Amino acid sequence: MMAAKFLLRRAVPALRHARCYADAPAAQMSFTFASPTQVFFKEASVKQIDVPTLTGAFGILPAHVPTLQVLRPGVVTVFNDDGSSTKYFVSSGSVTVNADSSVQLLAEEAVPLDSLDLTTAKANLEKAQSELVGVSDEAARAEVLISMEASEAIVKALE
Amino acid sequence: MFARTNNCMTFLTIVFFFFFLSPVTIRLKSIKNIQKITKSMKMVAAAKYSRAERSLKPARVYGTGAMALYEKAEIKAPEDKNKHLIIGVSSDRGLCGAIHSSVSKAIKSEIAKLSGAGKEVMIVNVGDKLRGLLYRTHGKHILINCKEVGRKPPTFTDASVIATELLDSGYEFDQGSIVYNRFRSVISYKTDAKPLFSLDTVASSENMGIYDDIDADVLRNYQEFALVNIIYFGLKESTTSEQSARMTAMDSASKNASEMIDKLTLTFNRTRQAVITKELIEIISGAAAL
Repeated sequence: MMAAKFLLRRAVPALRHARCYADAPAAQMSFTFASPTQVFFKEASVKQIDVPTLTGAFGILPAHVPTLQVLRPGVVTVFNDDGSSTKYFVSSGSVTVNADSSVQLLAEEAVPLDSLDLTTAKANLEKAQSELVGVSDEAARAEVLISMEASEAIVKALE
Repeated sequence: MFARTNNCMTFLTIVFFFFFLSPVTIRLKSIKNIQKITKSMKMVAAAKYSRAERSLKPARVYGTGAMALYEKAEIKAPEDKNKHLIIGVSSDRGLCGAIHSSVSKAIKSEIAKLSGAGKEVMIVNVGDKLRGLLYRTHGKHILINCKEVGRKPPTFTDASVIATELLDSGYEFDQGSIVYNRFRSVISYKTDAKPLFSLDTVASSENMGIYDDIDADVLRNYQEFALVNIIYFGLKESTTSEQSARMTAMDSASKNASEMIDKLTLTFNRTRQAVITKELIEIISGAAAL
């Protein structure tokens, strides 16, 4: 925690001098990907990240323009420096790209894609669709719609 | 018949002895019981602490990530805003040292400072103990109270419930802070405060201009999510500090109890020997008189 604070404090003066903390200006991205219970990447250096957001899916490379986005249920693909890629399914969350090329991807729930089962996902989707017909209360309706969207995204990702 | 009388006599003799010694014996028994209880509480707290510390590691990365935007964009609330919010994180259970009182002290001094400057402050209490400490003197500042905190480890759902209640309460705060106990090590924690910002403060902050393509809806969602994240981070750190403090407190209580037991056992033995010696002297002097 102290190390992270130190890192962030160093990065702020870099913002003013338009120089990155890592001396190679555009080649380093400090990528942090975590959920409340698990850390997947902590200030790691990766090549590219594809994220699904409310406004569409886009890829983030080092020296991406700073932005804030909110995630939609979908697949996050992380392309490592050595060329391999890993996919994760995220339920929702936020992504922040700062001016010093650091990216914080905070997901409410995130699992590696290969730990999801297609048949269970399809069953969940059908259950949500049948529930949608019967529900009338606003809050319950919103919940069912959310679970339907998430199940659809899982099914699409696994197929 | 004789056996029963014998047993009767032994019983009466013992009662006779204990009659003289009863205050010490009663005290000794009760302190031994207390020591058993504090020892078992220490072991329970140790188990809960190790679990809490393990889950604190990812939660810390998560929380630091959530606050990164505010630190990197150097978002500062303008000085003339009036509505403040303080979220105090503690729990329902006591016997954990200075955990609740340190949070309450920090909140009280913050309220005094803000009220002195003419600002309006409201408090969100997470934990019954904090409510007990604050409601008598600062009752009119309390906005929300949360109970049933501390029995089970905090989850992201708990944090989102608190955030939902706060956002639904209709109190439009401009800025605020969350006061919690930051975990440093098994034997030390520190009361710390992290800032919270409202939607307007963030949107109108000067450094936000560098962030591309942000519309109001996205920013609102992002802010709400960040609020939950910060609350979750505060909850996790506080639980770990609380369990470690409870472990330390119960450990020193057990040690104090065993010291008292040693002293009382000595007193007990001395008194017992004095009574026996007195009996013997009476018998002997009675026999010598014959």
